[in-house]
Amino acid sequence: MELKDIAFLNLRRRKAKAAFILAGLMIGVTTVVALVTLFQSVSEDISHKMEKYGANILVVPKTENLALSYGGISLGGISLETKQLSEADVDRIRTIPTAQNLAAIGPMVLGAVNVNGKSVMLAGVDFSTSRLLKPWWEFGETLPENGQLVVGAIAAEILNAQVGSEIQLGVHSVTVAKVLGKTGSQDDQIIFIDTKTAQSILGKPGAVSLVEVAAHCTDCPIEELIAEISAALPGAEVMAIKQVVQGRMKAMNQFQEFLYGISLIVVLVGCLVVLVTMMSSVRERTTEIGIFRAIGFRRSLIMKIILYEAALISTLAGILGYAAGITSSLVALPFFTGGEGAPLYLDPMLAGGAIAASLVLGLLSSVYPAVIASRMDPNEALRTI
Amino acid sequence: MITIEAKNLSKQYGTGDAAVMAVRDMSLKTLPGEFLSIMGESGSGKSTLLAMLGALNTPTSGSYMVDDMDVYGLSADQRADFRREFLGFVFQSFHLVPYLTVEENVMLPLVATTKSKKEKQLLAEAALEKVGLQGKGGRLPNQISGGEAERVAIARAVVNEPPILMADEPTGNLDSETSEEIMGLFTELNEQGITIIMVTHSHECARYAKRIVKVSDGLIVTDSAIEKVA
Repeated sequence: MELKDIAFLNLRRRKAKAAFILAGLMIGVTTVVALVTLFQSVSEDISHKMEKYGANILVVPKTENLALSYGGISLGGISLETKQLSEADVDRIRTIPTAQNLAAIGPMVLGAVNVNGKSVMLAGVDFSTSRLLKPWWEFGETLPENGQLVVGAIAAEILNAQVGSEIQLGVHSVTVAKVLGKTGSQDDQIIFIDTKTAQSILGKPGAVSLVEVAAHCTDCPIEELIAEISAALPGAEVMAIKQVVQGRMKAMNQFQEFLYGISLIVVLVGCLVVLVTMMSSVRERTTEIGIFRAIGFRRSLIMKIILYEAALISTLAGILGYAAGITSSLVALPFFTGGEGAPLYLDPMLAGGAIAASLVLGLLSSVYPAVIASRMDPNEALRTI
Repeated sequence: MITIEAKNLSKQYGTGDAAVMAVRDMSLKTLPGEFLSIMGESGSGKSTLLAMLGALNTPTSGSYMVDDMDVYGLSADQRADFRREFLGFVFQSFHLVPYLTVEENVMLPLVATTKSKKEKQLLAEAALEKVGLQGKGGRLPNQISGGEAERVAIARAVVNEPPILMADEPTGNLDSETSEEIMGLFTELNEQGITIIMVTHSHECARYAKRIVKVSDGLIVTDSAIEKVA
């Protein structure tokens, strides 16, 4: 017979107490696992959804001028900006260390053109990235071909443009492939064409006015991406589209802090349950511990028995708690993701972490009862009968 | 073979007005292989004396030597080792661990040793055979009689082959017939060379000893050898 046999047999005998300790720890582990898994799954889901909302990083040439527009109202329609980025700069963005986090890179060249005597802004864009960068354009199966025009809703009204109509841009005659629906954004007043044609029309070969970037936000912080792009393009100003990114990050951080706070409270309660139940168990076993001490068990052996018991229950609580946590997450996830069947994020590290944390917390909560048990005076313990 | 020598042992419980002298200035020496019975009324100090001789209760004053070892000069862990190697205990209430089988109870003193599982099992079986309980090792304490429980307690006390056996009212909870059997067992163990120190208030049991020490009010009042009739 070994010490662990004594621990195991005692647990088997005191089933109710063992079950109580198990439940206390298991509830803690289940809660933490469920909350962490839910948070990770919901984060993944939100991240995927946010990508559908377009670009979240904007790269523009560095400027010392202040903007002359506010809320869509421009003062005089003048532009003092002369600096440009180049297509080589766009290629440099693709080589940053965490380029795998970039979902889409959309260079844009901007300039004013005259259509039927009216000044209008022409944007040269890469239509192939527009599904990620401008998902609200709703291109469907087919994208506009090179040389075809996409017209914003207000611009179409003013220019009297319809799908299929021909528009003369300088020496180029282009066909309208699509009229965009109203978005409430600047897009409504702009006409779009592929980058090469725009550069040709605007007389800016190889030039890029700005670059829109959509980053996966699972692997944010976005600040890291910004820093890397800034390092790759020292002549550019790299900005997060703050309302989207910061709002997203802040909401997620607050959610995370809330979950961790809840987890901490539940885990502390679990530890308290272990401590109180172990103390009660030690007091119940005064005579038994007295016998052990009388027949020659050192204090350390008494401690080991108590800690073995704690280790056995805690490990079991970790395993069962992890399983229960994952099951709970599976059940709860649809409620957090609007019933859209988001996939459950399974982190193998969480399984190991849950068992290890349960073991450590169970042992830590049992150290005091174990010390009390080991310090029992055998003579006093045996006199209690 | 072990010699036990207690000199001027005293034990006081409490302090000030509440102080009680349970044992006063007791001196006692046992020779190897002795069977000593300590007798006295309830509260006379006999159990306190036994606890001090069993390295379980630190005396307020006096010295306690086993061979050349100053028992109360040892640390708590060293005293635990001393109890495991030198002493076997038989308690009045048997004090068997209820969730361990008879054999596991007997094996308890071996848990802290480096013996293999098989060795421990063989020693436990041998101890159970010695007390006449062979074949009952798989039972739980609540599945055996009082007399058998006492035998299990004795088997547990001797499984480690200690040179000294201490017994506190070993027949206190047993009928006269079973008491006689138990005392016969003690006599056998003593004949094998084990020194036995037994606390009892039963004259029937005391007559099995070779020497009787009577205590009263914390003092030794008589210390006499018993003439055995052949």
